[in-house]
Amino acid sequence: MIDNRVATDLHQKVNSVEVSMSVPDTKKVAEPQQSAEVRAGAPKISVRNLSFYYGDHQALVDNNLDIAANKVTAIIGPSGCGKSTHLRTYNRIFELYRNQKVTGGILLDGENILDPSCDVLELRRRVGMIFQKPTPFPMSVYDNVAYGLRLHYKMNRSEMMDRVETSLRQAALWDEVKDQLNKPGTALSGGQQQRLCIARAIAVEPEVVLMDEPTSAIDPVATAKIEDLITNLADKYTIVIVTHNMQQAARISDYTAFFYQGLIVEFGPTRKIFTNPAKKQTEDYITGRFG
Amino acid sequence: MTVHVQREMEKIKKMILALSAVVEESVQRAAQSLEKMDVSLAQKVIGNDEQVDEMEVDLEEECLKILALYQPVAIDLRFLISVLKINNDLERIADLAVNVAERTVALAAEARIPAPFDFAAMARKVEIMLEKSLDSLVNMDSRLALQVCKLDDEVDEIHKKTYQLVKDQIIQSPERIDGLVHYLSVSRHLERIADLATNIAEDVLYMIQGEIVRHTM
Repeated sequence: MIDNRVATDLHQKVNSVEVSMSVPDTKKVAEPQQSAEVRAGAPKISVRNLSFYYGDHQALVDNNLDIAANKVTAIIGPSGCGKSTHLRTYNRIFELYRNQKVTGGILLDGENILDPSCDVLELRRRVGMIFQKPTPFPMSVYDNVAYGLRLHYKMNRSEMMDRVETSLRQAALWDEVKDQLNKPGTALSGGQQQRLCIARAIAVEPEVVLMDEPTSAIDPVATAKIEDLITNLADKYTIVIVTHNMQQAARISDYTAFFYQGLIVEFGPTRKIFTNPAKKQTEDYITGRFG
Repeated sequence: MTVHVQREMEKIKKMILALSAVVEESVQRAAQSLEKMDVSLAQKVIGNDEQVDEMEVDLEEECLKILALYQPVAIDLRFLISVLKINNDLERIADLAVNVAERTVALAAEARIPAPFDFAAMARKVEIMLEKSLDSLVNMDSRLALQVCKLDDEVDEIHKKTYQLVKDQIIQSPERIDGLVHYLSVSRHLERIADLATNIAEDVLYMIQGEIVRHTM
């Protein structure tokens, strides 16, 4: 289970974490400018001095970021800037690979999820993830959604059916698949498959949904459906989305973080970032002058 | 894509500069026509308005095309939105220049009366405002734009005084009422041009700073 000690001193808590064996020197950078709007409510996720290494290569440098609850936060930046790497720390999915390590702290509702005592299975229920390519399991539509439920909960058939239906409805897929729940998930169209993955992710009632370029492998009409869905999901979940599509970030997110070379260059309300960014680098990137 | 956008933006810049030059000239000529009671110059200003209207429509279409095709953001977006609004303001300024020119034609048709106020001085001030507002656009100069906003108060004051002067003179010489009312209209048109030049300056400030300063100064 997650360590339940209440953190009285944030820094103490962050500093007490020992995720990596050795901490290479990282150059200190100023904390990203955060707007009053972000600071107002308690953040769902607080990233503190997060650095990430692929072997000897440092991919993230001292990231600090507050993710607002029940909002959509978009992460943008050129290829290789660390967007996906950053996202993959939120549910510790990077740990599935060797030679990757992280330093710093990620507080989910104040609890440091990088703490070794954190229950990773429970963490990944609380923090779901959607990938770039739809990843339906090789089983029926129904079983795809029920899979996580069976893993995390004990429930009877009718309860299970209810949850599957609710999840498919929330993922705006129910009407399209209600008569073919036994069809293989892989037989659906690309856009439907991605919504099936979203249904699977939200079936276990996560608090946060991470999306790593969820529409980049999908046609524009299906993309529009998923964008609508993301906006609706924000009522219930906290959403963090990595996207290459800047118009998409502008359309669906409340906050935007611009990453460059592993640093968070700028973070603020999306409206502000896309009309009047504070940093020249942000402006040059979003107006297509580099990247 | 980015090279395309930059090329399109350059084109927009050239178009708004060309329109600015034509409108500035219209205002100068309109004032000059009245000063010298030069009806043929006034007719030129009136005839020129069609060209301004065409340029305005072309520029607007070009801006809409870029918005639709490239969905610009940040400075590019602010630039385009400002150009769209300034385009509108310039077209209105040209219309007002035509109104002034029409007063020249009307006044020339009647018995000459002395101007009830120093309209040449007022016109000069308005021309300077317009010039500064357009220079602030070309050079992205917020200092110049702020100067324009300040000058507007002076022009407003002149117009207010003119109103009183014309009223007094109508009482003194009621037979001159037609001519005096024409001059009062000129003052009002010039005052409106100054307002629109101020709008341009405010849009330039928005473009540079990203903050809407209208109604705050």
